[in-house]
Amino acid sequence: MSETADAAYDVVVVGAGPGGFAGAVAAADAGLAVAVLDAGSAPGGQFWRQPAAALRARRPGALHHGWRTYAAWRGRFDAHVASGAVAYFAEHHVWAAERIAEGGFAVHALAGVARSSGRTVTAATLLLATGAYERQLPFPGWTLPGVVTAGGAQAQLKDSLVVPGRRVVVAGTGPLLLTVAASLVSAGAEVPAVVEAADPLRYARHPGALVRNPGKLVEGAGYAATLARYRVPVHTRHAVVEAHGDRWVEAVTVAKTDRAGRLLPGRSRTIACDALAVGYGLDAQLELAVELGCETRREPDGGWVLAVDDEQRTSVAGVWAAGESTGIGGAQLALIEGELAGASLAAAHRRRTVRGAGRQSPAAALAAGGHAGRGMPGVAAEGRASPATAATARARGTSVAPSLLLRRRSRLRAFAAALQDVHPVPGGWTDRLRDDTEVCRCEEVPLGAIRDAVTELGATEPRSAKLLTRAGMGWCQGRMCGTAVPCVVAELTGGAAPSAASPPSRPLACPVPLGILAGTGDGPAPRPT
Amino acid sequence: MNGFTRVGASPDAAFTVDVDGTPVPVVPGQTLAAALWAAGITAWRTTRGQGRPRGAFCGIGSCYDCLVVVNGVAGVRACLVRPEAGDVVRTHE
Repeated sequence: MSETADAAYDVVVVGAGPGGFAGAVAAADAGLAVAVLDAGSAPGGQFWRQPAAALRARRPGALHHGWRTYAAWRGRFDAHVASGAVAYFAEHHVWAAERIAEGGFAVHALAGVARSSGRTVTAATLLLATGAYERQLPFPGWTLPGVVTAGGAQAQLKDSLVVPGRRVVVAGTGPLLLTVAASLVSAGAEVPAVVEAADPLRYARHPGALVRNPGKLVEGAGYAATLARYRVPVHTRHAVVEAHGDRWVEAVTVAKTDRAGRLLPGRSRTIACDALAVGYGLDAQLELAVELGCETRREPDGGWVLAVDDEQRTSVAGVWAAGESTGIGGAQLALIEGELAGASLAAAHRRRTVRGAGRQSPAAALAAGGHAGRGMPGVAAEGRASPATAATARARGTSVAPSLLLRRRSRLRAFAAALQDVHPVPGGWTDRLRDDTEVCRCEEVPLGAIRDAVTELGATEPRSAKLLTRAGMGWCQGRMCGTAVPCVVAELTGGAAPSAASPPSRPLACPVPLGILAGTGDGPAPRPT
Repeated sequence: MNGFTRVGASPDAAFTVDVDGTPVPVVPGQTLAAALWAAGITAWRTTRGQGRPRGAFCGIGSCYDCLVVVNGVAGVRACLVRPEAGDVVRTHE
């Protein structure tokens, strides 16, 4: 297995979703040398995942929202790749990012889905835009074939033009459910129902956030209109009770709940289906940032995200972050954050150049100095424009004055906070678990085993339960069960389990073949002989 | 209307990939998971402990439920890999 090492760039961007590619473009616009390591086949992340060239889609945007926005950014990204300003490494899965002695960072990635070789890229600074994955809650039958995540159903549709079944029930909670259902019906699938755990009347608690974001309301109305046209009923305050089937899913039972999420008697219905697309919001992907020591914070719905300042700087010198990993808020917000991060990176690198050669290596000086004080003139305070902002911004190569971006970021964040208040992790879901319901899919750990760990073996918090049952220790490293296990343990210990102080540490962000791990020494590895 | 007509796709003809001896059609550019879904196959692996059937779950490479062996290389996520003509796929234990 070969390992290639690259000469230092000004910045390595991890992820080419909207946060990553906007950051890369903004940084390259300002003259920085950028490397982008992206797990995807093409820039766009999950939101703008699209058919591969071989599918020759004449209207690739037909299954997308905001395609024109994407196309404009993509054009700028491709131009930078063509000119060499941006080195784009597609299908590269980053498994670790570490600070190196010479200053700056080394980022280690696996090349290709077959993971046959590795690549290490070094840079003075880092922009993490690692996105999010879907939050899941177990229920009886959730491991049946044909039960998929809502985002996953949409991802495979956007990517490969295939739906997971002919009759797909969409269930869980969150704004994603509507767009997934709309995509599925527009691609010819039947959607017998959308099953939403939340109460939409809760939106009335957020008039300000809604009024500030008319575009979002229009978007939502669009999905609602599509569902109405295809006669898809949306059952709100309904929970998934059980997925039924022998070798694959054949039906799902759902039921109306009270405000606490408890099933109301006599209000259940069983819906025949051959696929069930389910999801409960998004969890940020933070493994790389946590290992670097970046400070995190909790969102209203309990999810962990990275703490960043107005310039998208994390608490670790030299590390910026943008997109869902700094707060779940959608593609539009991610673009803005990427642009802010790129502009801040450019300003930090300019200060390094102005400072000139010193006793410190340029990379170390940059990594340390990048976090000293505010980077961008014109960023006086959120929402307050400075007189020379626009001219300064143009001179610095940013597309839009930073204060304008900050205002947009503020209102989109307000909308995201409103969504999280309307769509929390629903209560009562643990009531539906049976003793043989797998809570951890990878290691097949049923509720009964976790209960035994608590009652028989004395586990008092999630970490002990994990060590005793292997829940969270499988291939997915707790992504699918990371919300469920602490909830279950808390219930079993009578609510005494303390909330974790920080997200779990995962030194390897994804599985790495031993040969590649062995070939990666301290800092960038030389090409093996 | 289907996904292909919705985006106006006009790929070359599908080729077949050998999945445990069964020929499965794959349109050039598709992921293996999508090709299996299109063929009505939603499970292609059994779990190590209970021997239960699994296929693609998260669809974005996060859950590792969909693992297959492609051309002798194990641990490949079917939801990400794009097969080529002649590829041989074996399902994981």
